[in-house]
Amino acid sequence: MTKQIHLAAHFPGVNNTTVWADPESGSQIDFASFKHLAATAERGTFDFFFLAEGLRLREVKGRIHDLDVVGRPESLTVLSALAAVTTHLGLAATVNSTFNEPYELAKRIATLDHLSGGRAAWNVVTSWDAFTGENFRRGGYLDKADRYVRAQESLRIVRKLWASWSDEDVVLDKEGGVFAREGTGAFADDGAHFSIQGRFGLPPSPQGRPVVIQAGDSDQGRDFAASGADVIFSRHGSFAAGQTFYKDVKDRLAKHGRSEDSLKIMPAVTVVVADTDDEAVEKARHIREQQVSGPTAIVLAELIWGRDLSSYDPDGPLPSEDPVVGSNITQGRTGFNDPATIIKEWREAAEANNWSLRQTVINQQNRQTFIGSPSTVATEMNHHVQENAADGFVLVPHLTPGGLDDFVDRVVPLLRERGVFRSEYSGTTLRSHLGLPR
Amino acid sequence: MSRRLITAIEIDGAGGHPGAWRGPEVDPGAILTGELALRAVQRAEEAGVDIATFVDTLEAPADSAGAVSVRLDALGLAARIAPSTSRIGLLPTLTVTHTEPFHVQAQVATLDWVSSGRGGWVADVSTSAEAASVIGRREPAPAAELWREARYVVDVSRRLWDSWDDDAIIRDASTGRFVDRDRLHYVDYESPAFSIKGPSIVPRPPQGHPLTAVKVSTREALEAAGDAELVLLPGSVDLERRIAAVRGGSTESPLVLVSVAVLLDEDQAAAERRAEGGSFDYIGGVEGLAALVREWQTAGADGVHFRPASLEIDVPVIAEKLLPLLKVTAADRPGTTLRNRLGLSRPANRYAKGAGR
Repeated sequence: MTKQIHLAAHFPGVNNTTVWADPESGSQIDFASFKHLAATAERGTFDFFFLAEGLRLREVKGRIHDLDVVGRPESLTVLSALAAVTTHLGLAATVNSTFNEPYELAKRIATLDHLSGGRAAWNVVTSWDAFTGENFRRGGYLDKADRYVRAQESLRIVRKLWASWSDEDVVLDKEGGVFAREGTGAFADDGAHFSIQGRFGLPPSPQGRPVVIQAGDSDQGRDFAASGADVIFSRHGSFAAGQTFYKDVKDRLAKHGRSEDSLKIMPAVTVVVADTDDEAVEKARHIREQQVSGPTAIVLAELIWGRDLSSYDPDGPLPSEDPVVGSNITQGRTGFNDPATIIKEWREAAEANNWSLRQTVINQQNRQTFIGSPSTVATEMNHHVQENAADGFVLVPHLTPGGLDDFVDRVVPLLRERGVFRSEYSGTTLRSHLGLPR
Repeated sequence: MSRRLITAIEIDGAGGHPGAWRGPEVDPGAILTGELALRAVQRAEEAGVDIATFVDTLEAPADSAGAVSVRLDALGLAARIAPSTSRIGLLPTLTVTHTEPFHVQAQVATLDWVSSGRGGWVADVSTSAEAASVIGRREPAPAAELWREARYVVDVSRRLWDSWDDDAIIRDASTGRFVDRDRLHYVDYESPAFSIKGPSIVPRPPQGHPLTAVKVSTREALEAAGDAELVLLPGSVDLERRIAAVRGGSTESPLVLVSVAVLLDEDQAAAERRAEGGSFDYIGGVEGLAALVREWQTAGADGVHFRPASLEIDVPVIAEKLLPLLKVTAADRPGTTLRNRLGLSRPANRYAKGAGR
């Protein structure tokens, strides 16, 4: 049977994928930008719109990182506003389980779910670092190993609160004077991280409960996703890595008593479309050059080398030093697990092609996932989905807010023609778009 | 009497009367979709009302079969209403006792962004055992202690709103810098209750500082009133003394709105019947209420905060009958931001250096 593709739109974020210096780059904070991109995604009948979260501005060598987009609005508030100007599009908020309490999370996300008629999703992320903790009254108190324990417990409790009402508990009997049954919403939980009790004040929305998204990539993270997520936002966009990840995660579902189609795997991908494949390759190269300025090349290399490389010329050769393992030269972003291997690959590529440091970064680090004519991109994307490298994709555009225009105008019609992507929404809730039961 | 009257309405469920949802005019399902609140705010905005406030508590409303025992998060509801309105100020209640100050300020700043400068908040504390137990982090504490803490939260919120200069985003392609980091500031805030490093994650909001309101329903809240730009003062008895008490505590005097629960009907008997089971400061026709409002203004109030018995019945009466009597019209108030509307200046940034910032 032909699989249907699922698509999501990621608002351009605070890393160098986002090209802010382009003349077409608009505001990263005005509501109009969010509205524009959401409208484009809804025109393209996407499954959902995705917002990341920030809890502390990134730092490099003890100073605020100033080369990429800095700052963003709080995600649930923006999505609640977007509920007013969209009708079908799912609205996914990234919210940290370490620095929020389950009761608050359950209440705020359930509110979005009601306001949007059943279109809310929670992307559960975790953090433990004392750096982020400095902005919170409870500080960086969590052991790294404990973060998934807390996340898992948090998710379990949030879902318990969402399930604390049944549909029948909302009576709305005006004559009898019964709004809702008394005693509904009562909960109590006593775990390693939370000991709480009380009453939850929101019944189920039209989709029953919000969709849960998870992005963890470690063994622990994959198990966490397999045990309870509806969608995985993965980083494995390439075909081979995608297939390996897909099989690994789907194989974990059985031990949790779940079917394979109950968890959708959607890698983050970037797409460059042009009239011909050759033009697309040229356009992709131009975008990569925009994404990696000289100073950005140095900072990205510092992230891998774990040391100060500011004395290097980005247009000169690669640094000759070995990496510093476990350095905290950059704060507030994910590092690399195996810098030595990356550096070895970079050195070999630089030598073979006679590349400078900046050229090496441009060529090694930021290759877009799908590059080509609309037909090529549609064919490749569909190939990934039909061959189980993905169930769909989270598209990360490089421009705000027009970065998905080309894709929606030129690729989506082809996917529709080929019968692998919806032409119109058949339901009104996000669960329905994703083919998940209420 | 030349001062212009500020008007506000309160949004809660189907209205302030516990049985408001039972009226034939109400679709109770529209409480949870937000449509009931939206319609009320739009009606109020059309009639020239300056501000909508949104009731909330951390804990769920009382578990009573006859009343609306569900409640949307006020911040989310206000954000939902923002794109569907264009002039009215939106002030959800946010409680600060069990929540993270860093989140609170980012949420209010974001409301200001999505409403293009019409955002604010009613800062409140959670004194109840119920609120403490749904979070489970601390025991209930005395109101005086919690309001002291709330003042630190208001203080650090304003500092975090100032932690970005208005012109921090420079997009300087020649140096590759998106921001000028000298225009971003660590707040390094220390209080007995918490410490925060900063800067905020959200750029400085359109109003500089979204509006901070406090409802002074207890003696303990009075202390925090001095930090607010807008005070909601429940009830109308002994008004002059109470307004003086609010103003006495502050160097920059807040705007004071008399906050009254109202049920409006020209037929007094019908009004009394509908009021049964509720508790109101005023029950009756619009002429009588208009006369009282003028008295309160004479007593020193800057305006009035109506808490309507029913959003579907009383808000249209306020909009169409009462406000015209009070000479409030939609055309009255030009200006794009809530601060402009209320005649409040945009606060200077305490951290910004140099001319033109």
